[in-house]
Amino acid sequence: MTTFLGIPKRHAPEEESPLRGTLPFPRAARRALANDQLRRNLAHATSVIRTKRAQVVDEMPDWEALRDAGSAIKTQVMANLPELLEQFEANVTAHGGVVHWATDAEQANRIVTDLVRAQGVDEVIKVKSMATQEIGLNEYLEDNGIAAVETDLAELIVQLGHDKPSHILVPAIHRNRTEVRDIFLAEMGDAPPDLTDEPRRLAMAARDHLRRKFLRTRVAISGTNFGIAQTGTIGVVESEGNGRMCVTLPETLITVMGIEKILPTFTDLEVFLQLLPRSSTGERMNPYTSLWTGVTPGDGPQNFHLVLLDNGRTNALADQIGRAALHCIRCSACLNVCPVYERTGGHAYGSVYPGPIGAVLTPQLTGMHGHHDVNSTLPYASSLCGACFDACPVKIDIPTLLVELRGRAVDSDRGRTIPGGWDAAMKAAAWVMSDPKRFVTVEKALAAGRLVAGKDQKIKHLPFPGSAWTHSKDLPAPPKQTFRQWWKETHE
Amino acid sequence: MRIALIATCLGDALFPEVAKATTLLLERLGHQVVFPPDQVCCGQMHVNTGYLKEAVPVVRHHVEVFEAASFDVAVAPSGSCVGSVRHQQAMVARRVGDTALADRATSLAARTYELSELLVDVLEVTDVGAYYPHRVTYHPTCHSLRMLRVGDKPLQLLRQVQGIDLVELPGADQCCGFGGTFSIKNADTSAAMLADKVRDVVGTGADRCTAGDASCLMNIGGGLSRNDTGVRTIHLAQILASTRESVAA
Repeated sequence: MTTFLGIPKRHAPEEESPLRGTLPFPRAARRALANDQLRRNLAHATSVIRTKRAQVVDEMPDWEALRDAGSAIKTQVMANLPELLEQFEANVTAHGGVVHWATDAEQANRIVTDLVRAQGVDEVIKVKSMATQEIGLNEYLEDNGIAAVETDLAELIVQLGHDKPSHILVPAIHRNRTEVRDIFLAEMGDAPPDLTDEPRRLAMAARDHLRRKFLRTRVAISGTNFGIAQTGTIGVVESEGNGRMCVTLPETLITVMGIEKILPTFTDLEVFLQLLPRSSTGERMNPYTSLWTGVTPGDGPQNFHLVLLDNGRTNALADQIGRAALHCIRCSACLNVCPVYERTGGHAYGSVYPGPIGAVLTPQLTGMHGHHDVNSTLPYASSLCGACFDACPVKIDIPTLLVELRGRAVDSDRGRTIPGGWDAAMKAAAWVMSDPKRFVTVEKALAAGRLVAGKDQKIKHLPFPGSAWTHSKDLPAPPKQTFRQWWKETHE
Repeated sequence: MRIALIATCLGDALFPEVAKATTLLLERLGHQVVFPPDQVCCGQMHVNTGYLKEAVPVVRHHVEVFEAASFDVAVAPSGSCVGSVRHQQAMVARRVGDTALADRATSLAARTYELSELLVDVLEVTDVGAYYPHRVTYHPTCHSLRMLRVGDKPLQLLRQVQGIDLVELPGADQCCGFGGTFSIKNADTSAAMLADKVRDVVGTGADRCTAGDASCLMNIGGGLSRNDTGVRTIHLAQILASTRESVAA
């Protein structure tokens, strides 16, 4: 096989997909902000994870060195990705695995569906996986008469609630336990009728439900955290043990892996198995780490298929600046520290990848097609406060990437017959701010603002677009004297 | 020392008291302040809004004006403007292939400091002889905290102020929601962030909220004022410039 993956399909701007919503971020955010329950859940959940993460990161004397190592390994991977992928494929194949290459979501879904059909089953169990979320695999399987059962507790809650995940790691972060009980009672089928919202009772109900699935299902589908080129080993880390069940009990295991998940050598795990759990769940070590290499006769699944997924990744790789987004190990630390994510939740981003990294990755994978494309609003979904960069275990400079993508969003719109309001305003501002005489003239005009201010020198109402400010806060009236006037008076 | 003042466009036009206080403070400490009169803006607003091409003439003008001036170091009473000078100006120039401008911006940035950096690192002073009889809480702005890494330098300065009752701000490292044009483009999210900041400031019982950036203070102050909290905002430079004499006057 070859590592040339062809040109990935580009989604049309108006086409909804797991990587593209239908509303511009500010409008989707407004809807989310109006949901008080959601905001309370998010504020509580993100602050708990934030505190846990801070504790286990602060205790590490070599945390910065680990971040540097993680970043360096990922940079090396991106620089050598074609060779590493071929090495990986050769090693997986040599150990009895079958490797498939998928250019886009459609191809990956078709490969997986055919593999499931070949086993003659209509039900599969799943390990929580962002790659399969990204391609909308569950929906595709369902359309083809195959039920895909999520076995991660939060993912199960999302699935039973006919909902979408709102967080990379904690997909049901927007639900509280009362909502979870109601979903279980209505949708699980075999939930005890006297189920309460006590967390232990909820977990036990899910455990019983899932245990029956684990023992009878013959095909499992997983994603990956790591694929080791040197050995052909796949790694999945998890907390609940459901993943371990899925990758050991069934006869057939199908793994979908984004091509950027490669690590060159087995010893690289040393770095990432320290970085990932501390960054994602705030644990020193995750409870379960499953590693497997191809097929082991008489032990575990005897059919192992690996689907290597591009779906826009080579586009991102070709971009010298943007490729840093591919370093992401999906820990979700940036979501938990982001003040925007904390208030809007994940659904506002319209993509399975929400939060700061989603605002970078989503447009990288599916493009920005001008101002009417909702993806173009994602790089602006940040106050550039920088908390994400500080938290990122592989040091992705997300604020700088966001600014670069803002630049591209603006550039992709240049040459429009009728420039937008922002275009006109920014052009005018640049004209003013590159010349002191023009600036002083504007300062003089600004003084008129004193007329619209109240007696207390506060401006409380402005027409659009100033209303975006005065809707929630006051603006001080311009001063009687600018600084440069004072300087002239006192120092010249 | 001969110190060039970057008044910042916002400071010059809307918050002259901040640049005045910076001038008076540095003069009181025995330094000569110069104000290159043709200065306008660092270009941050254009960069952060995605208008990187439009930022080029603004950056070029800033570099030309300060290159032509004679001074030892430059100072701005703004973490985000210094952040832009240090981390964005060269990038903007490089992006359009103007490596000469990028190099000039880089060497100018090496002599440009945020106020607390200038005082603590360069002038090596923490007690500036200030007097400010208020209960004050300090909000470390995102860009001074995470872009410039000023750490506790502003607090070192505030702790030496006579008469001050400094109280800790819960969730201090959380963004106030300003983010430049973010506050317009994502006004609802920005307002939700501001509401939490206002709640935290009011909860301290302080009557003044200070920070090293007039823009963040404009946002926080707007929220404090709209909610009739009675808490006022004041720039770090104004507290440091304040003396027994000025308070009495």
